[in-house]
Amino acid sequence: MIVSQQKPIDEILKMLEGEKTVFVVGCNGCAEVCETGGEKACVELKQKLEASGIKVVGCTTVDFMCNKLLDSLKILRHKEKIDFADSIIALTCGVGVQAVSSVIDKYVHPANNTIYLGGFQGTWPSQERCAECGECVLDLTGGICPITNCSKSLLNGSCGGAKNGKCEIDKELDCGWEKIYNRLKKLNKLENLQKFTKLRDYSKMFPKTELRKSMFYDVEQEK
Amino acid sequence: MKLAELFPKKFVITSEIGPPKGYDISKCLHEAELLKGKVDAINVTDNQSSVMRFGSLATCHFLKDKGLEPVYQVVCRDRNRIALQSDILSAAAFGIENLLLLTGDHTKLGDHPQAKPVFDLDAVSLIHAVKKLESGEDLAGNKLDGEPPKFSIGAVVSPCSEPVEPQLIKMEKKVKAGAQFFQTQAVYETEKFVKFMEKAKQFGVPVMAGIVVLKTVGMAKYMNENVAGVYVPDNLIEELKKDKEKTKSGQTGIEIAARLIKELKPYCQGVHIMPLGWDDKVPKILKLAGM
Repeated sequence: MIVSQQKPIDEILKMLEGEKTVFVVGCNGCAEVCETGGEKACVELKQKLEASGIKVVGCTTVDFMCNKLLDSLKILRHKEKIDFADSIIALTCGVGVQAVSSVIDKYVHPANNTIYLGGFQGTWPSQERCAECGECVLDLTGGICPITNCSKSLLNGSCGGAKNGKCEIDKELDCGWEKIYNRLKKLNKLENLQKFTKLRDYSKMFPKTELRKSMFYDVEQEK
Repeated sequence: MKLAELFPKKFVITSEIGPPKGYDISKCLHEAELLKGKVDAINVTDNQSSVMRFGSLATCHFLKDKGLEPVYQVVCRDRNRIALQSDILSAAAFGIENLLLLTGDHTKLGDHPQAKPVFDLDAVSLIHAVKKLESGEDLAGNKLDGEPPKFSIGAVVSPCSEPVEPQLIKMEKKVKAGAQFFQTQAVYETEKFVKFMEKAKQFGVPVMAGIVVLKTVGMAKYMNENVAGVYVPDNLIEELKKDKEKTKSGQTGIEIAARLIKELKPYCQGVHIMPLGWDDKVPKILKLAGM
């Protein structure tokens, strides 16, 4: 079970700056349980976006967005609409965003921050990883997580240690930042690499009091 | 003396020493003294290649005592933002004026591969942290007591990397964050360096080309296989192979280094010589290069 929390609407709107049309996709797995995915959350976000002048060209949900096969089946069914949209906005955890990004050449914005693994891990059958950092940066990195793909978890670009696209610690390991660079180049978004001097806020990795009071925490308390 | 203030006036030459594993640093200081009057400043590496050694800050302090100008190298691998800022304030109190701020190699590359790699900050955010200190505040926005420190801030770039575009993007980020001069990874391909400088000059910061003295054929091949952004071309490897005695004595390496300096000089604002223990050969290289 991966617990996520929706980013503030202002942050979501800031990601969409310069865009007019989006396609909304929500996860029916863990995110639906957290009310940050599933149909209800998708409809609510759609209303908020349209109230701010962003046209939602389509909306769908995937049972488990961490599963790339399910993503492909469901999302490609809406390919025409997605082609027409400026981007996709994904209501899922960090793994889901990366999984969707890897099946379609469209920019995918994360709607949520992934906070912690409450209970057992969602089982995703592939390589995408989420570190539950609590301040999802996938929006700037083209749907490839620098925290889990870079062996140093750097946020400001490659360290200069990669040789022939491979990490300095392992010749079998792709350099995460080179993957991000190639992805952004392909999607014509290289300017994202200049956007910030990012400092991580490690305090966000811990669930807030209000979250600890909800859901499974409550169940445990009652025991 | 701040290096950044020196560039408009002259072609700047720096070298570098690595502190020992142990606390008797007399040999290391002796090597540094050989360079007195020959170079403008001496870099002191910070647990280079993730191998635990005597501290960079303390070595810089000793150099200062001996009337040598240190460049304090600081990497992000071993300390979080609290310790980094604290050490940089300490450097200011020791009168250390030049910093070289790097991300640092991963712990897995060194002699303590089990260690926790920190990387709380990276090269860009560390530059940002130093600029914050210079503005009289720490990274969290708390006011510093007394006068804020003032440094000349250096950073690194790898001009012969492939692809080179991510390097240029990151260089621009470092400049925007506050880097005032750059030292580069070892350069052996003049043409590639010239092309890089054509693009890098838009940032308007001085660049010192990195020179690593070639010791053996094996070293050249090892770098080609393993060191990021470094490519020793075949003709230089042939040159090292040709006269085994001459290469062994260090003469071939000296000649190649001097020739590279001459070739690169019109395109950069200085050179940074990394002798990797062959500190005694630096004066010969500079003489042969006409410095």
